[in-house]
Amino acid sequence: MTEQEPFSKSIKRGMITSVPLILGYFPVAMAFGLLSKNIGISMRDTNFFSIFVFAGASQFMALDLLKAGISTGNIIIATFLLNLRHLMMSASLSVRLKKIKRPWLFFIAFGVTDESFSVTSLTKTELRTPFLLVFYGLTYFSWVTGTAAGYLVGTILPTALQSSLGIGLYGMFMALLAPEAKKSLPVLFLAAFSGLLYVIISYFNIIPPSWRLVATIILSSGAGVLFLKDEPKEEEKI
Amino acid sequence: MKSLLPLIFGMAAVTYLPRLLPLIIMTERPINPLIKRFLLYIPYTALSALIVRGIMETSPEIRLATLIGVIAAGMCSIYLSKGGLVLSVMASVITALLVLQL
Repeated sequence: MTEQEPFSKSIKRGMITSVPLILGYFPVAMAFGLLSKNIGISMRDTNFFSIFVFAGASQFMALDLLKAGISTGNIIIATFLLNLRHLMMSASLSVRLKKIKRPWLFFIAFGVTDESFSVTSLTKTELRTPFLLVFYGLTYFSWVTGTAAGYLVGTILPTALQSSLGIGLYGMFMALLAPEAKKSLPVLFLAAFSGLLYVIISYFNIIPPSWRLVATIILSSGAGVLFLKDEPKEEEKI
Repeated sequence: MKSLLPLIFGMAAVTYLPRLLPLIIMTERPINPLIKRFLLYIPYTALSALIVRGIMETSPEIRLATLIGVIAAGMCSIYLSKGGLVLSVMASVITALLVLQL
């Protein structure tokens, strides 16, 4: 049920699709660069965080923990727990990447973030290598250059604008989810269940913070398997 | 300050491996239909959990702006059915900015 598209169109679509992420990542990365500088981390190490780790939430958490004097081993364990959600996301994405040539998967895997996963997994057309490489490459570039810019010049943007661009990433999550939930009752069920579960888990402090997201994703997707009959969308039957 | 390189490369490893391993392992073999359904549900449950977490765990001074920005994007995306992603994100940025200026 998926449409094939030519190579050049695939690249162009990768560029267009990356715009919201580029705009959202750059100011958040600048904030990371500046914060990192303020707690005394060198320019090189600050950039290395974004170049080699490329995980926003983990990087901010690492700065917090470093400031609090937590040991290297414990920060790495906390990062691992926080990133277990990407294990679920990559597993989910793998269903749609069966035709991608194996070597490319090593690059594509590096680009799996909450945001890029959300956009790619809800893309209706077949996921092809040029689209994925351009899209993931540009979002990575925005994160890395934003970090360096933040370290060098601080935040040139007014605070309110910077926060608003970061909020835009959550707006993007909602703009991806809402139309799907409107079209499909199972999606609405999954989204409502998962959101409510996260609220309950955090409000009553049932699960430690670093486990919450991955636990919510597993439990609510599992509830979907138990309670729902169909796959969420026809188009995804590849 | 001591060298951060062990930390950076340790974090890089525990970030990259969970992203890579499922892709390498699971694209090779057929998937059980129940597991496939579980995996296809993940985008929706993950998105919803990420949104809720974003609103609950952001700093208090921008929490209201986040909530309203998210609602604006949601409404915008429902009314603009096709190609509304960029516009919806812009709507959320602008509404959030307005709320922060109040």
